[in-house]
Amino acid sequence: MNQPQIIDLESKKPLLIDPDRPIYLDYQATTPVDPQVLEQMLPYLTHDFGNAASRSHAYGWTAEKAVEKARQQVADALHADPREIVWTSGATEATNLALKGAAHFYSGKGKHIITLRTEHKATLDTCRQLEREGFEVTYLEVREDGLVDLKAFEAAIRPDTIIASVLFVNNEIGVIQPMEEIGRILRAHKVLFHVDAVQALGKVPVDVEAIQADMMSVSGHKIYGPKGIGALYVRRKPRVRVEAQVHGGGHERGMRSGTLPTHQIVGMGAAAELAVQLMDADAQRIGKLRDRLLKGIQDRVEETYINGSMEHRVPHNLNISFAFVEGESLIMALKEIAVSSGSACTSASLEPSYVLRALGKSDELAHSSIRFGIGRFTTEAEIDATIELIAGKVGKLRELSPLWEMHLEGIDLNSIQWAAH
Amino acid sequence: MAYSEKVIDHYENPRNVGAMDKDDSGVGTGMVGAPACGDVMRLQIKVNEQGIIEDAKFKTYGCGSAIASSSLVTEWVKGKTLDEAMTIKNSHIAEELELPPVKIHCSVLAEDAIKAAVEDYRSKRGAGHSQAEVAAALVAH
Repeated sequence: MNQPQIIDLESKKPLLIDPDRPIYLDYQATTPVDPQVLEQMLPYLTHDFGNAASRSHAYGWTAEKAVEKARQQVADALHADPREIVWTSGATEATNLALKGAAHFYSGKGKHIITLRTEHKATLDTCRQLEREGFEVTYLEVREDGLVDLKAFEAAIRPDTIIASVLFVNNEIGVIQPMEEIGRILRAHKVLFHVDAVQALGKVPVDVEAIQADMMSVSGHKIYGPKGIGALYVRRKPRVRVEAQVHGGGHERGMRSGTLPTHQIVGMGAAAELAVQLMDADAQRIGKLRDRLLKGIQDRVEETYINGSMEHRVPHNLNISFAFVEGESLIMALKEIAVSSGSACTSASLEPSYVLRALGKSDELAHSSIRFGIGRFTTEAEIDATIELIAGKVGKLRELSPLWEMHLEGIDLNSIQWAAH
Repeated sequence: MAYSEKVIDHYENPRNVGAMDKDDSGVGTGMVGAPACGDVMRLQIKVNEQGIIEDAKFKTYGCGSAIASSSLVTEWVKGKTLDEAMTIKNSHIAEELELPPVKIHCSVLAEDAIKAAVEDYRSKRGAGHSQAEVAAALVAH
């Protein structure tokens, strides 16, 4: 297996292989900038520092050329036209622009929006805001495997529905929604289709024509590009209109004002091109690592439950619940691994993941889930070390767990009257 | 979540983990909490004929603070009479472990576990407290 590595540009030494740091398995949270990408970004911070909006001199022209090259690169990755790409500060802003911008523009046609309960917070919180402004939002349930029920989806469409927003690949459980089918349904009903493709780009083929998307949000830092840059695809034929949310200069054809961050944009363009180039090779290698991780855990640890469909899922994600151990203590035990938990225990309310709850998982299993995000720089040795750690720590916590003891004694935990507190 | 060194110490080296025979008349068992809330504590105490807690064991399903709180109380109750053990308050536990505000409920649960274990022991003994235990209780007052 050809192992890609993060190499320090100056010392030429690998950067991520650092025994003093935890093993990084949180690639759905963010990714390091690929050194090939970084190399292309650097000149635009110093030598080529011009403002792409400066039309009167060579500094501006150089920056503009770089921005337009990157726009073409992102457009190519989405099978779109470069004139359909609007730069934003990230996918959260792109989603805000898409949903608020289109809702405001088309509010005369209707005020109903459809989305899923398992969407990213960027979509859910934007929808909440639109509700406060008088829009009506349907948050559709998903099936137990995390996938949308197409019949229920179509049934939710009303005469006043103007937009539907769907997460292509779920950030917590990695499931891939049937985007082509959703796109067909929405086009037939003349409802605008916004796609959050943040976790899809570079992992599965993304084609705005094939899925008939009208708007699509993408991000730089999930595809080995820099943070602080994203883009919104806005369809030209048939033309989709969005009202600007940020004003001041009329950049990006009036849809998003603000001086363009040339180096970030160059990084996102390069990362998008690389993501498409490496997609098959990455998916194959990462898929093998994911299967190794899953088998290793299942061979060593009983009572584990996979969250979300394994069939319709990107190979980069594994989300597992470990019954009879509590999530936060598990994360604490796994300090040698950088993963994320479905249990957001930092809040006083001990809220388990809303995504797992939407799949109908019990609070206990939702609390004890771990998301493993495997990426371009993950090694087989890291996966093997992770399996060892998981087996050891889950075993240790179960020895501490009265619930595990009761399970071994054959006591049904649901038969017990627990004292609420 | 930034934990104090004491929490981390109890979490990494929990004291007195284990189980006692809950049908033993000298053992009191207290189980509090609920799996859906994210923590369940089981505290067991072994009380001798003099009414002194001579051993304590725990098992806890919960976060690091819950594990540390229950581990700590097993140390604290040992050697105490039942009435002395009942004077342990959640505020003492929270203070000792420097628990952040969002984790105060873990110390409340640990206090409840002591009470539940003592009550279980007393109810097993019923009205018929052993002579020695009555004597010890009198002395303690």
